[in-house]
Amino acid sequence: MSEKFDVIVVGAGPAGTSCAYTCAKNGLNVLLIERGEFPGAKNVMGGILYRKQMEEIIPEFWKEAPLERPVIEQRFWFLDKESMVTTSYKGLEWGKEPYNNFTVLRAKFDKWFAQKAVEQGATLINETVVTECIVEDGKVIGVRTDRPDGDVYADVVVLADGVNSLLAKKLGFHKEWKPDQVALTVMEVLKLPKKTINERFNVGENQGVSIEIFGDATKGALGTAFLYTNQDSLNIGVGTTLSGMIKKKMKPHKLLNELKEHPMVKPYIEGGETVEYLAHLIPEGGYKAIPKLVGDGVIVTGDAAQFVNAIHREGSNMAMSSGKIAAETIVRAKEVNDFSERTLDVYRTTIYDSFIGKDLKKYKDAAHTFEEHPQYFEQYVPLMNQAMNTFFTVDGTAKWDKQKKIMKSLTAGRGKLGVAKDLYRAWKAVK
Amino acid sequence: MNILVCIKQVPDTKIIKVNPKTNTLDRSSAPAILNPYDAHAVEEAVRLKKIHGGKVVVLSMGPPQAKEAIKKCVEIGADEGYLISDRRFAGADTLATSYALYKAIQKLMDEDGIDLVLCGKHAIDGDTGQVGPGIARRMEIPPLTNVIKVEEVDPAEKMIKVRRKIENGYEIIQSTLPCLLTVEKEINEVAYSPLPNMLRAARYNPIVWTVDDLKDVDMKQLGLKGSPTIVGKMWPPAKSDGAQMLDDEGDVKKQAEKIVSLVLEKRELFEAKGGER
Ligand SMILES: Cc1cc2nc3c(=O)[nH]c(=O)nc-3n(C[C@H](O)[C@H](O)[C@H](O)COP(=O)(O)OP(=O)(O)OC[C@H]3O[C@@H](n4cnc5c(N)ncnc54)[C@H](O)[C@@H]3O)c2cc1C
Ligand SMILES: Cc1cc2nc3c(=O)[nH]c(=O)nc-3n(C[C@H](O)[C@H](O)[C@H](O)COP(=O)(O)OP(=O)(O)OC[C@H]3O[C@@H](n4cnc5c(N)ncnc54)[C@H](O)[C@@H]3O)c2cc1C
Repeated sequence: MSEKFDVIVVGAGPAGTSCAYTCAKNGLNVLLIERGEFPGAKNVMGGILYRKQMEEIIPEFWKEAPLERPVIEQRFWFLDKESMVTTSYKGLEWGKEPYNNFTVLRAKFDKWFAQKAVEQGATLINETVVTECIVEDGKVIGVRTDRPDGDVYADVVVLADGVNSLLAKKLGFHKEWKPDQVALTVMEVLKLPKKTINERFNVGENQGVSIEIFGDATKGALGTAFLYTNQDSLNIGVGTTLSGMIKKKMKPHKLLNELKEHPMVKPYIEGGETVEYLAHLIPEGGYKAIPKLVGDGVIVTGDAAQFVNAIHREGSNMAMSSGKIAAETIVRAKEVNDFSERTLDVYRTTIYDSFIGKDLKKYKDAAHTFEEHPQYFEQYVPLMNQAMNTFFTVDGTAKWDKQKKIMKSLTAGRGKLGVAKDLYRAWKAVK
Repeated sequence: MNILVCIKQVPDTKIIKVNPKTNTLDRSSAPAILNPYDAHAVEEAVRLKKIHGGKVVVLSMGPPQAKEAIKKCVEIGADEGYLISDRRFAGADTLATSYALYKAIQKLMDEDGIDLVLCGKHAIDGDTGQVGPGIARRMEIPPLTNVIKVEEVDPAEKMIKVRRKIENGYEIIQSTLPCLLTVEKEINEVAYSPLPNMLRAARYNPIVWTVDDLKDVDMKQLGLKGSPTIVGKMWPPAKSDGAQMLDDEGDVKKQAEKIVSLVLEKRELFEAKGGER
C-alpha cells in the first residue's frame, strides 16, 4: 500500500526546500520529509542569508520572507586581549532593493520557505526521521522512516539531511568526517530592545550589521566568531575546527562565554537575555572532502555534500543552489524516465562548473594551510594590534623610528624569511 | 459507529508568558497546539472505530489557523475534520462555545448520525471543563466526565460502560448511546502516527463552515453577545510559604517526632478536605 512519489527529499533546510520547491514548480510529485517539529525548529546558522541564490528560486522574496535586517555594514575585527584592529565597509545602497544579504533567524525562515514549497504542490511531513534509503539491486528506490508502515518510494531520493548525513554514510558515499573536516560552532540569540541595538551598532531602522571576529575569539585556533544584528536580538557565536578544539583542549561553551566577556564585545551585548542556545557542526573539509554526489536514484546536496565555503562563511547559498541544480537534473531525468547514476551525473558536472565547485576549488588548501601553520591566527593578530598601538601612541618617538620598530617586532618572531614565507603561503592558499 | 470529537487549538501553556501588567496570557509568545486532552480523545475514538467500524469526525471552533490542530487529528487517524470559523463566533465563553458547536453537531447529525461525542477533560488555556457538559445538555444526551477507560461498547444495544475518575478512586457506570464523554490523559497513550496517516494529513484540507452554513442559528447566542461570563480580575496564585527544613543534626528520631507534632498542629488542614474522618 506504500505510496510512490517522483521525488523524495530528506531534510527541509535550505538545500532540501530549494530542491522540493523547484521540483514541485516543475510539476513533479514531491515528498519533503523533516525530522524537526517544523522546518527550522532546530536549524542553526549565524544568520547571513545571501540574496542572490535565494532570488534565483523565489524572485523578490524579501517582500514576503521573514527576514531580520538587510546588512548595510560588514565589520571585521582582529581581536587581541585588550585591543582590536578593525576594518569595515558600510554602504547605504545595501539597504535598498535588491539588497546584498540579510540576517535571518532560521526557525522562522525555514518554516516560511518550506510553506512556499507546499504552496507549489510539495507534500511536507514533519516529526519524521528517515532512517535509511531503501536499496534494491544497487539502486535507491525509496526511504524507510521511523514511523509504523514507514516505507515510501520514489524515482529519486535527494539527501539534504545536513552535515552529518548519516544516510549518505550508510550508502557508503563518505566515511565519518575527520576532526579537521568539521567545525564545532556554538551560538546564542540574545534579546535586546530594537532601539538599543540601533544605538549600539549605529544604524537606523531596518539596517543591519555583521561583525566577523578573528584572533583572540578562538584563542588562536583556526576559526572565527560572529556578532549579527536581528530586529530585536543579536546572534553571537564562535567556532573552530573540531581538531583545533581538541588540540587546544577548549570547550565550546567556555569559548563563547569568554567571547561574551571580552572587553571589546561586552558593551555591545550587555543586558541581552539569552533566549536560545544552539550548537551545530559546519562542514569545512572543502573541495577535497566532497563525497560521492550521485548514485542510481540518489543525489546528495548542501551540507551533506560538504558545500560550505568556510573562508567566506557561505553555506546556505551553496545549499540552495545545489538543491536547485539537483531539481533541474531530476526534471530532465524525468523527461527521459531514466534515473540511473549516468543520467543524474549531470548534477555533479553542473555543480563543479558552478560557483560552488569553483569557489571550493579556489580555497581547497586554505583550511589545511591555516590549520598546519597556526602562526596566522596565533601570532599575526596580536602583532597587528601591537603595530597599531606603537604607531598611534604619541610618545615623542619619530614616526620613522616607529616604523622601524614595528618592522622589527613583526619579523622578530619568525624572521624576515619566515614572514615572507608565511605571506606567500597564505597568498597561495587563497589565490 | 460514528464518533464525533470536539477539539480545540490552544497556546502551549507550558511555555506561554503572562503579561506582568494585565495578568493575561500573551498568546503570541507560545506556539498553538492541539489541546493535549483532545489528542487522547481522538486516539480513543480511533481505537473504538478500529473495533466497531464507522468513522471519526473532528470538529473545532476557532480562527483559520485551527486547521493545523485538525490536521494533527488526521495524523492520529481521524477521517474528517470540520472547522467553524467566523468573526461572529469571536469572544465566546463556554455557553456560547457550546451553543456554536452544538449547532454544527446538529448539522453533522442530520448528514450521517452520531453515536458518541468525545471531548477533552478540559482545555489547558480556558481550563473550565464546561464545554463538554454544555454540549451534552444542549443535545440532551448524558455527559460522562473524567473518563479513564472505556470498559465496554455495544453499538447494537446502544450501550456503553466507562470507568470515571473520582475523588477517592474510580467508578464504573453504564449509559445509553448516544452520550458524551470527556476524557482524562490516562485513558490511552497517543500512538506514534503511521506514515500513511502523516501523508494523508499533509494533504488534507479541513472543511470550513461559517455561521451561514449552520441552520436555525439564534444570533443572540453567538460570540461576545451570547457570553454572559465577565472576567472580573485575573491574578497569579499566591506563592506558597515554601518548605521548612528539619535537620536536627541528622537525628532521624527527632525529625520524625517533629513531623508528627507538625501534622497534629495542622490537623484541620487535612480534615477540611476529605470530610470522612
Ligand atoms: C553556527 C553556524 C553559523 C553559520 N553561519 C552561516 C551564515 O552566516 N551564512 C551561511 O550562508 N551559512 C552559514 N552557516 C552554514 C549553513 O547553516 C549551512 O550551510 C546550511 O544550513 C546548509 O543547509 P542544508 O539544507 O544543507 O542543511 P541543514 O540546514 O542542516 O538542514 C538539514 C535538515 O535536514 C533535517 N534532517 C537531518 N537528518 C534527517 C533525517 N534523517 N530525516 C529527516 N530530516 C532530517 C534537519 O532537521 C534539517 O532541517 C552556518 C552554520 C553554523 C552551524
Ligand atoms: C477566566 C476566563 C477568561 C477568558 N478570557 C477570554 C478572552 O480573553 N477572550 C476570549 O475570547 N475568551 C475568553 N474566555 C473564554 C474561553 O476561552 C472559552 O470559554 C473557550 O472557548 C471554552 O472554554 P474552555 O477553554 O474552558 O474549554 P473547556 O470547557 O475546558 O474544554 C473542554 C473540552 O471542550 C472542547 N472544546 C472547548 N472549546 C472548544 C472549541 N472552541 N472548539 C471545539 N471544542 C472545544 C474540547 O474537547 C475541550 O477539551 C475566557 C474564559 C475564562 C473562564
